[in-house]
Amino acid sequence: MKKLTGVSANDGIAIATVYKLVDSDLSFKKRTIKNPEKEIDRFEDALRSSGKELISIKKRVLSLLGDKAAQVFQAHIVMMRDPEFVNPIINQIKNNHINAEYALKKVSDRSVRYFDMMVNNHYMQERKNDIVDISKRIMSHLLGKKLPDLSLINKPVVVVTHDLTPSDTAQLNTKYVKGIVADQGGRTSHSAIMARILAMPAIVNTQKITNLVSNNDQIIVDGDSGIVIVNPTHKQVSIYQKKLKLQNQKLNSLNNLKQRKTVTKDKKRVMLSANIGTHNDATTALKNGAEGIGLYRTEFLYMNSDRLPTEDEQFQSYKTVLQRMKNKPVIIRTLDIGGDKQLPYMQMPKEDNPFLGYRAIRFSLNKEDIFRTQLRALLRASNYGDLSIIFPMVSTLGEFRAAKSIYNEERQKMINQNQPVGKIKIGIMVEVPSAAILADQFAKEVDLMSIGTNDLIQYTMAADRGNNYVANLYQPYHPAVLRLIKHVIDACHHEHKPARMCGEMASDPIAMPILLGMGLDEFSMSSSSILKIRSLMKKLDTNKMAKLATKVVHSANTSEDVIEMVKSMVSFQY
Amino acid sequence: MVKRQFKIISEAGIHARPATLLVQTATKYNSKVTLEYQGKSVDLKSIMGVMSLGVGHNAKIVINANGDDEKDALNAVSETMEKEGLSK
Repeated sequence: MKKLTGVSANDGIAIATVYKLVDSDLSFKKRTIKNPEKEIDRFEDALRSSGKELISIKKRVLSLLGDKAAQVFQAHIVMMRDPEFVNPIINQIKNNHINAEYALKKVSDRSVRYFDMMVNNHYMQERKNDIVDISKRIMSHLLGKKLPDLSLINKPVVVVTHDLTPSDTAQLNTKYVKGIVADQGGRTSHSAIMARILAMPAIVNTQKITNLVSNNDQIIVDGDSGIVIVNPTHKQVSIYQKKLKLQNQKLNSLNNLKQRKTVTKDKKRVMLSANIGTHNDATTALKNGAEGIGLYRTEFLYMNSDRLPTEDEQFQSYKTVLQRMKNKPVIIRTLDIGGDKQLPYMQMPKEDNPFLGYRAIRFSLNKEDIFRTQLRALLRASNYGDLSIIFPMVSTLGEFRAAKSIYNEERQKMINQNQPVGKIKIGIMVEVPSAAILADQFAKEVDLMSIGTNDLIQYTMAADRGNNYVANLYQPYHPAVLRLIKHVIDACHHEHKPARMCGEMASDPIAMPILLGMGLDEFSMSSSSILKIRSLMKKLDTNKMAKLATKVVHSANTSEDVIEMVKSMVSFQY
Repeated sequence: MVKRQFKIISEAGIHARPATLLVQTATKYNSKVTLEYQGKSVDLKSIMGVMSLGVGHNAKIVINANGDDEKDALNAVSETMEKEGLSK
């Protein structure tokens, strides 16, 4: 038995046998060749078969892991055909009469050295790994050797490796590969990110796992605590089998809830939606049983770019979300920039109080051209699903009216040009106390309101949660915050409109029962929380929770009181 | 031979993504397409060549195209430059 610790890259338990991933022997001898033309043909054959292989890997990755992961292989395909890479190899063969393997090695080593020199260019440094990966692939074809093919694994294993390359990960069959253990890497390294996407337990940075195991050794991966056990004792195996069984039961009971609607113990329907940051997250949201998108934060479109995104780019992204959600409601928030969120390509004024300053709708109303571009993209996308638009950080009715009239102008322009536009609901985020206090007036004018708790709490308590000196004042359960929220929910209901929330509070186990009792209709949260909250709601009775909410709003003095009251009425067993 | 001058307006210069797209565009044509910057000239069909120049914000570059489809090639490259926000 050997036990070692590493960095947990993803939690969960796996018990299986070891599959040690070792590099193929790609050694060769330098040869002089008589017929360079024939040797060049051999090299080009290897290029072609490598290219075909890459295209099939790219397809597999695209369907398995999505666009971003597949881009790595698109880059490989382009680089493999780069004349600055291919021509020197061909010239080496032609002029020096050397074998293709040697020519490939010589040119690839030279490129690696060249990338090594570019210490200030992070992007080019990364390309070095691509060249190494590509060269390995071409070399294996020249030598007629197969690179280890992980897709051939046909029994449950834990893959043990020095470090996982993108090509390796693309071939992992999640049906059989139960976990990953690596010598190298950290929580943010490529293999760690892939492990999380594939949802398998992984431990990285063990330093020496490859030296300690051989194929078919039994191995336990405990991603919850970052421990690896090689050839465990009977006792250890039985302890971990129990843990594994429990983990699977929990997973199964949650998975069973995926296609179900959210209902409380007394059969009241509640809607659970997802907060997303990119259009690809819509797929994750659906996988986790989201009934809609409660908040699409569009600022990432602007932040993950080196310039303002064009109308077309935005349209494509919004359209993708609406199409993937197939007529489930989608709420898109217009640009919320400023405060802690900056655009790298846009000079923003320096402010003494950025959180009380120039941000969100205040910015959009001042930069009308940017705002209009976004609205046009949204109007065009509205033809593809059930779209609502909300404006962030609205403090006054005047701001809402101004924003809506710009929207109406753009809408009218499109109608005049005979462009089709769908039905769109227009509303606000309630995250500034002034808007919460006048919620009854807002509710009459807007189509929808969504409570953004992170900002509402910070502005109500006048405390920045990122500031250690005052973070203790940032209290989500404070009765002042809860009263304000109740007021907003009541205002929505008074106008027969659903009350929505899209802050972290919506998935907080203490706040959620209170919100349910207040009659909140839509809870929007990160995708990973949806199934847990759905299973918890099944156990809550809305009438009982309404009593709890009344009690909290009327008689709690402090956050501690609130927590006590909730705990005395709800048991938190997921 | 045809050529056109561009001023790079994008803050990040010719970065990873636009560079790949420029190369993909140039590769579609038979003509030889080159990028000239600060006295150096590289093949616009080579991603490594383009990246090695480190073309930054406000840089002035010249694209040359030479061959039977040179006009189409230059137009397509210009279009990609505009679409990617590299130049106006």
